[in-house]
Amino acid sequence: MGGMTGGGGDQGKAPPAGVLALKADQLFAWARKWSVFQYPFVTACCAMEFMSAMCSHFDMSRFGAEIPRWSPRQADVLWVVGTITHKQAPVLKRIHDQMCEPKWVVAFGTCAAVGGFYDNYATLQGIDKIIPCDVYIPGCPPRPEAVLDGLMLLQEKIGRGDPSLHQQAAAGDVRKAG
Amino acid sequence: MSKAVVDLVKTRFPDAVLSSHDYRGDETIVVPRERLLEVVRFLKDTPGAAMDFFVDLTCVDWPGREPRFDVVIHLKSHPQGHRIRVKVPVPEGDCVCPSLAGIYRAADWFEREAYDMYGVRFDGHPDLRRILLYDEFEGFPLRKDYPKTQRRPLVQAREDAPPQPAPFPERPH
Repeated sequence: MGGMTGGGGDQGKAPPAGVLALKADQLFAWARKWSVFQYPFVTACCAMEFMSAMCSHFDMSRFGAEIPRWSPRQADVLWVVGTITHKQAPVLKRIHDQMCEPKWVVAFGTCAAVGGFYDNYATLQGIDKIIPCDVYIPGCPPRPEAVLDGLMLLQEKIGRGDPSLHQQAAAGDVRKAG
Repeated sequence: MSKAVVDLVKTRFPDAVLSSHDYRGDETIVVPRERLLEVVRFLKDTPGAAMDFFVDLTCVDWPGREPRFDVVIHLKSHPQGHRIRVKVPVPEGDCVCPSLAGIYRAADWFEREAYDMYGVRFDGHPDLRRILLYDEFEGFPLRKDYPKTQRRPLVQAREDAPPQPAPFPERPH
């Protein structure tokens, strides 16, 4: 079916066989979705569940999210795994500031999401108080299935080409975030 | 057992032991802070006591009591195998206790923690500053009158951060 059509830009026509027709940003979104480089900011007991989700029983690498990067400059997703104290908050903020665009943030576990049961003088009541957060994974700790579900949610979001919450916040558009 | 140690201290310092009691074999003596250093040094150096191991130092807040704080010290003897607990009442107005860091070096960080959480200052401590909290923190959070919902963040909250949920209601006691 369909022979060569000459011009590349005509809408509504089926693309020629063997040609993948999509916009460049869709292509980038697709590529980003399947090569999530992660920076694990791991502070507490949730780390054990993070290791469990990473390792071969649950195998996060099936989702292209295989490689932890130990430099924020090389990472796409910041995993905040565990309780964040007020003393630690400046460090987390700085790590997030150092990551290159586009970047996403996952709150892993109840403590990172809302402070958990540490409703006290020491603990930041959720990382979204200081950095925008794209996916919240509840649980104390979350099961690996929940972690993978969170990762897939994030991948859907990346694949849609949505601007990250960080970009929306920078554009003064945070209320639209879904 | 440890009772012998209490008797030893009482014999040597009859006026320095305000009271003593035991609970299931754990002996406690209450010592005024003016006499603390000589009592502890005696416990460490006397062969019958031989308290060579510093176990713990912490603090208790008794709101409404005068003196308000108790500094609680736990010592253990490896050669003798017995233990003793020493309590030192410290008033709120003059919240100072002599430092044991010159006798047991291990007391250094314990005293910094007690200072960090309760505001008890340790006289003679080599480096008395906060150990767990940050220097910008104001107040002493484990005092019973520290407000439960008081936060002292280092990073200002984002303008578009989600609102803080209401705290859990107080339960009637």
